[in-house]
Amino acid sequence: MRQVMKMAVVVAAGSLALAACSSSSSTTPAASTGASGAAQIKVGMAYDVGGRGDQSFNDAAAAGLDKAAKELGVASKEASASNGEAESARQERLQQLIDAGYTNIVAVGFAYAPSVTKVAKANPKVKFALVDSTDAKGDNIENITFAEHEGSFLVGAAAALKSKTGNIGFVGGVEIDLIKKFEAGFTAGAKAVNPNIKVQTKYLTQPPDFSGFGSVDKGKTAAEGMYQNGADVIYHAAGGSGGGVFTAAKAAGKLAIGVDSDQAASPALAGVKDVILTSMLKKVDVGVYDFIKSVKEGSFKSGEKVFNLKVNGVGYATTGGQVDDIKSKLDDFKQQIIDGKITVPTKP
Amino acid sequence: MSFSPRKILMALAAPVLSILVAMVITSIILLAAKDPVGEVWAQLLRLPSPRLTIAIVNSAVVLYLSAVAVAIGFRMNLFNIGVDGQYRVAAFAAAVFAGQAWLPGWLNILVSLLVAMLAGGLWAAIAGWLKVTRGVSEVISTIMLNAIATYLVAYFLQKVALSSEGSNVTNTKTIPESSRVPGIPVTIGEQQREIYGLIFLAVLVGFLYWFILNKTRFGFDLRATGRSETAAIASGVKVKRMVLMSMILSGAVAGLVGMPLLFGQDFAYGTTFQAGLGFSGIAVALLGRNHHIGMAVAAIVWGFLEQQSNGLQINAGVSDRLVGVIQGVIVLSVVIAYEIVRRASITIEQRNVAAALAAERAKAQNAAAEVAA
Repeated sequence: MRQVMKMAVVVAAGSLALAACSSSSSTTPAASTGASGAAQIKVGMAYDVGGRGDQSFNDAAAAGLDKAAKELGVASKEASASNGEAESARQERLQQLIDAGYTNIVAVGFAYAPSVTKVAKANPKVKFALVDSTDAKGDNIENITFAEHEGSFLVGAAAALKSKTGNIGFVGGVEIDLIKKFEAGFTAGAKAVNPNIKVQTKYLTQPPDFSGFGSVDKGKTAAEGMYQNGADVIYHAAGGSGGGVFTAAKAAGKLAIGVDSDQAASPALAGVKDVILTSMLKKVDVGVYDFIKSVKEGSFKSGEKVFNLKVNGVGYATTGGQVDDIKSKLDDFKQQIIDGKITVPTKP
Repeated sequence: MSFSPRKILMALAAPVLSILVAMVITSIILLAAKDPVGEVWAQLLRLPSPRLTIAIVNSAVVLYLSAVAVAIGFRMNLFNIGVDGQYRVAAFAAAVFAGQAWLPGWLNILVSLLVAMLAGGLWAAIAGWLKVTRGVSEVISTIMLNAIATYLVAYFLQKVALSSEGSNVTNTKTIPESSRVPGIPVTIGEQQREIYGLIFLAVLVGFLYWFILNKTRFGFDLRATGRSETAAIASGVKVKRMVLMSMILSGAVAGLVGMPLLFGQDFAYGTTFQAGLGFSGIAVALLGRNHHIGMAVAAIVWGFLEQQSNGLQINAGVSDRLVGVIQGVIVLSVVIAYEIVRRASITIEQRNVAAALAAERAKAQNAAAEVAA
């Protein structure tokens, strides 16, 4: 008992000391403020699991915010979701951003749909942008969606044109409808070039296990298996797991295709950029930037805003110059999709 | 049980000590990460707003059910790591059943709850059966069954799914409005929030947990087997039957974990149904020392920490991962603090017994000396 008391005293003293020395250092402002002014737009960003720094989806949204901060001088506050959180935590995130005065909310990811529905109704003066979902509708909600299948069609065609073995692969992060759109477009594009092409498909995890979007090891193992089975180009739609796909491609001396952002241009992936044939661009940054701009200019419009090939909302990257020789063929497919001559399926 | 001041002091020493230790360790981590320590504590120790309080209570309801499911195993010395898989299998089964609306209104809810308990219990029974017939450690089998549950539910969800264009969420059929459990409405300012109606289910489960374990023959056998298997066998307990029974019971309660969410909030099972509750339940059961009230307090503490994640990010500007760190540190310090206090109280007990014995021996010797004289 005496020892316990002694320890308790030591611990209590320690905690007091720490609390004392901390109080002087607690003046750091948490908000990142841009150019100040009366008409300054205040944007609250609610990220999906992973948050800023995931090298993929969330980072694309963050890039749009950064661009807006630089060019439009907005103030922003950011918060991200944690894995396996309660629905109420998502609602609280949106509401607390609003309470803190950030009255233009960007909700990144379809998981926010139910909370945006509720919070938008309770805060009719606040404007919302919801990425990747049309489930939440309202006069103050803009739904930012992407034609991922169209962009994937083009990189599928690129894969088939570059494949020597007639065998390519698709690695999906989590087997959800959203990622199946990528698969459907990719397969359709490849078959448009070579009807007899073999497409190997693998999803890393099943919902509600969303770790497939952030497991480099799983991406690597899946890609290794496909390369061993004869594939020579693999397209990944697996967020952070994609790094493993590129590592496997480098080791096998084969090619891979990136997703969401121009991954060959990413400094974090500089070591593997020579195996990145191209990337399917999903311009979440453009969606986020356009939303903020529309709010600033007073031209906000509710409802669905589709980012497809026609408006350059999706596309393929040319960094590295590896698709320069087939560019005319890809652009031909692109035009046919825009003209409606090719209808890309959204389900595999 | 006597209520001596020392005993009460010892009982309070462990949790107080562990919270202090957790605060110190967290502060050190914050200092190392150059985060604003003062702001973090100001945010964490601030009284939550009424709106947040309701969110905390709702989180706690779900966590409490999960903790009780885990605790049933713990009391029997069984580590049911599979609550996570059990509640997902059960929530899916109940959502599919309730969505079909074969039965009207409240009857549909009641039968769906039974379906959930049955599904959870059966899923846990696999691990129990493997243990009693093949001697497979339940730790291994339940972890593996979690993975199998994930794939199985994902597969069947695809089979029964309804999804609309542009939604990206796959859900089971929505439960009809007549079969939803109304929440307890609380009006805060202009906004209306609700406490899960199934909070009463959590209270009932907590009461039954206390009653069955402490007031019935079955509960006595269960606790006896948990303390000492050999002694239990000697007193006539059929241990294998007890293992299977408690595993099924644990699974059945695990089946109820998702029910407040299903009938009070989501009204369908889908890709965004809350995951990972089974693992949080293990932490809450540890924190609450498997005690029916202790776990309720622990569930509120856990829910409080979870809901603080937003405030920490928005008001103090620190990473959401910090909350995970604090939770982990608290569980570790609780386990360690209880062990220290347990050892200390054993030492004190021994010292007291030794002193009493010595006094008695001295008295006897004195008496003998007197007789001799």
